[in-house]
Amino acid sequence: MTHVLKIENLQVAVEGKPILRGVDLEIKHGETHALMGPNGSGKSTLGQAIMGHPKYEVTGGTITLDGEDLLEMEPDERARAGMFMAFQRPVAIPGVKMADFLRHSTTNVRNPERKEGEDLIPMKDFRRELKDKMQQLQMDMEFARRYVNDGFSGGEMKRAEILQLAMLQPKFAILDETDSGLDADAVRLASESIADIGREKMGLLIITHHDKLLVHNPPEFTHVMLGGRLVETGGSELAEELHANGYERIRAAYPEAEAENLAMAGE
Amino acid sequence: MATDITPDKNAEAESIGEINKYDFRTETEAVFKSQKGLNEEIVRQISAMKEEPEWMLEFRLKALEIFESKPMPEWGGDIDINFQDIYYYLKPTDGQEKSWDDVPEEIKETFDRLGIPEAERKFLAGVKAQFESEVVYGSVAEDLEKQGVIFTDTDTALKEHPELLREYFGTIIPSEDNKVSALNSAVWSGGSFIYVPPGVKIEFPLQAYFRINAQNMGQFERTLIIVDEGAEIHYVEGCTAPMYSSDSLHSAVVEVIVKKNARCRYTTIQNWANNIYNLVTKRAVCHADATMEWVDGNLGSQLTMKYPAVYMLEPGAHGEILSIAFAGNGQHQDAGAKLVHAAPHTTGQIISKSISKNGGRSSYRGLVRVEEGANHAKNNVVCDALILDPESRSDTYPYIEIMEQDVSIGHEASVSRIGEEQLFYLTSRGLSETEASAMIVNGFIEPLVKELPMEYAVELNRLIQLQMEGSVG
Ligand SMILES: Nc1ncnc2c1ncn2[C@@H]1O[C@H](COP(=O)(O)OP(=O)(O)OP(=O)(O)O)[C@@H](O)[C@H]1O
Ligand SMILES: [Mg+2]
Repeated sequence: MTHVLKIENLQVAVEGKPILRGVDLEIKHGETHALMGPNGSGKSTLGQAIMGHPKYEVTGGTITLDGEDLLEMEPDERARAGMFMAFQRPVAIPGVKMADFLRHSTTNVRNPERKEGEDLIPMKDFRRELKDKMQQLQMDMEFARRYVNDGFSGGEMKRAEILQLAMLQPKFAILDETDSGLDADAVRLASESIADIGREKMGLLIITHHDKLLVHNPPEFTHVMLGGRLVETGGSELAEELHANGYERIRAAYPEAEAENLAMAGE
Repeated sequence: MATDITPDKNAEAESIGEINKYDFRTETEAVFKSQKGLNEEIVRQISAMKEEPEWMLEFRLKALEIFESKPMPEWGGDIDINFQDIYYYLKPTDGQEKSWDDVPEEIKETFDRLGIPEAERKFLAGVKAQFESEVVYGSVAEDLEKQGVIFTDTDTALKEHPELLREYFGTIIPSEDNKVSALNSAVWSGGSFIYVPPGVKIEFPLQAYFRINAQNMGQFERTLIIVDEGAEIHYVEGCTAPMYSSDSLHSAVVEVIVKKNARCRYTTIQNWANNIYNLVTKRAVCHADATMEWVDGNLGSQLTMKYPAVYMLEPGAHGEILSIAFAGNGQHQDAGAKLVHAAPHTTGQIISKSISKNGGRSSYRGLVRVEEGANHAKNNVVCDALILDPESRSDTYPYIEIMEQDVSIGHEASVSRIGEEQLFYLTSRGLSETEASAMIVNGFIEPLVKELPMEYAVELNRLIQLQMEGSVG
């Protein structure tokens, strides 16, 4: 069976303020989708809502994974069901070591039925696997002993998100600007790693403002968000067009969405 | 069983029905019946039972007078103790009469979940008075002895090393200091006595040796540590298992003398049952270029009031206090620190972390004093509080008294609520909300936990995990 993530007429509000105004999107396992759109159009909001951030209130519509209602699930249940998001701005958790956190998280995602306090995956196996993955990402093993995102450089943060993607092997991954804040070499490494880890092995939703990531991960579908709606969908040529020419054509073509986008940004 | 002889009339009135349970038998076959309440007669009896020298009896009696004349402190937490409703001295073997069946179910469960070994459980629950540690640690004791280290309980030390006790006992914390230290001085029993001779460095933390020993955990224990010039020691007391006791008041006094160039670290982890008032006075004096560190972890109890202090008496002295407090439902942790710079070029640091949950209340109360002439003193205070829910509370009471110009003093305080973004990050990676918040809390105290001996660190983390699941106290 091919896994399917299906979003229908999704409406999301933050603090009572509507952000998403009816989003439809279907991603099949193995597909790569690009999500583009100007700043503040609602791209990250879509990711947060899919993962179940308590601040992002779903006011209408549905999200299902293989027919199961994701909206009924807590964030950890969504992760255990196979969902993952690489954060645009990962938060620091001082005092919590990357390795400890990852061992917990990997254990829970691999044994979705695990209860609190039950055994974690054996330290030895975990270490070996972590070490392999870190080597692939050209990360120093010392990194595993650092505190989660605490004092990480922009590049380190994004690399740590990719490391988690590699460890957790989700069915669907949302990568929210995982290429931003990286230097040219790091962007290439990140793009190649994502292609290696996720391409065709997961359903990918890649949110990006740059083209490098998409060059290594050419999308079958490109969606453009404006004012909380997906106003246009095309193939990889749409991503190329937007990279080359920007959003002027889109803004002009969808004045209503553009007005909403301006209104959101203005408030 | 010896025959009953009532030591005085009051006692009879007080303790009919309790008599057999608290029988006290001495070598001379005389029988002492412990009785509730406190008066001169009881203090005399305690001293006589212990066959103490005259000076100690006088010390106790004077302390009793002071205790009776002093009011309870107005600040801190609410204290509702009837001092006449407490047994001030019990036969050390009394505990053995209790049976495992009497131990409350939730305490047993906690032992289970903490993975406390069978043999230790009975001791910790007060079913067994003494844990057989000699066999395991005998060689360590021998080794220490060879180096001239004295490590015994304070009662024995009074018999075997009277000159050391005469010189130091009660000099760091005089009975006048406060009401509860006066009480301890009048009725003290047990506690540890340690003397480390000049230049002797004890490489391992001393908890492995005496970790489990009834004498160290008395109700009114009295600990005295003398670290002679250039010597080093790390002493660890307590453990993370909940200490179950029917006594409602625990009031210890700990005095530490750190001589020139010496180092002492004193680590405490305590987890009291919910009915306990834990009112402890701890103070160290630090001589030239000496270092004193208090590492203090407080969990449980109804009210803990504890402010470890370091007096830096000579140039180059360094005092450091790291404290963690966890206040759960019905608990008030009023903990903090006191650093007194009494000489030039002395340095001090206080790091305090508190966590409040389920309506618990934690307060940081700290005093930094720089005395006149203590120029170039440097002091830094960091206190962070983490509040886990809206019902819980945290307060900070920093007191700073500076009588000198040329000093550097820093103070930072932060109060944070457990972050929604942090929780979401962790849960979106598959951690349950409970696991995630336990992880955040453990991370919050990690800078202190990493100073603990390994097994304590592991136990403390596990304990916090349990606290977060709400299954303990
Ligand atoms: N947690 C939040 N609190 C308040 N407002 C929010 C929050 N998250 C999103 N918004 C608002 O929702 C709108 C969409 O934001 P979102 O982060 O989804 O945009 P985006 O498309 O990801 O933009 P960018 O390209 O800049 O990352 C913005 O107006 C933003 O201010
Ligand atoms: Mg965004």
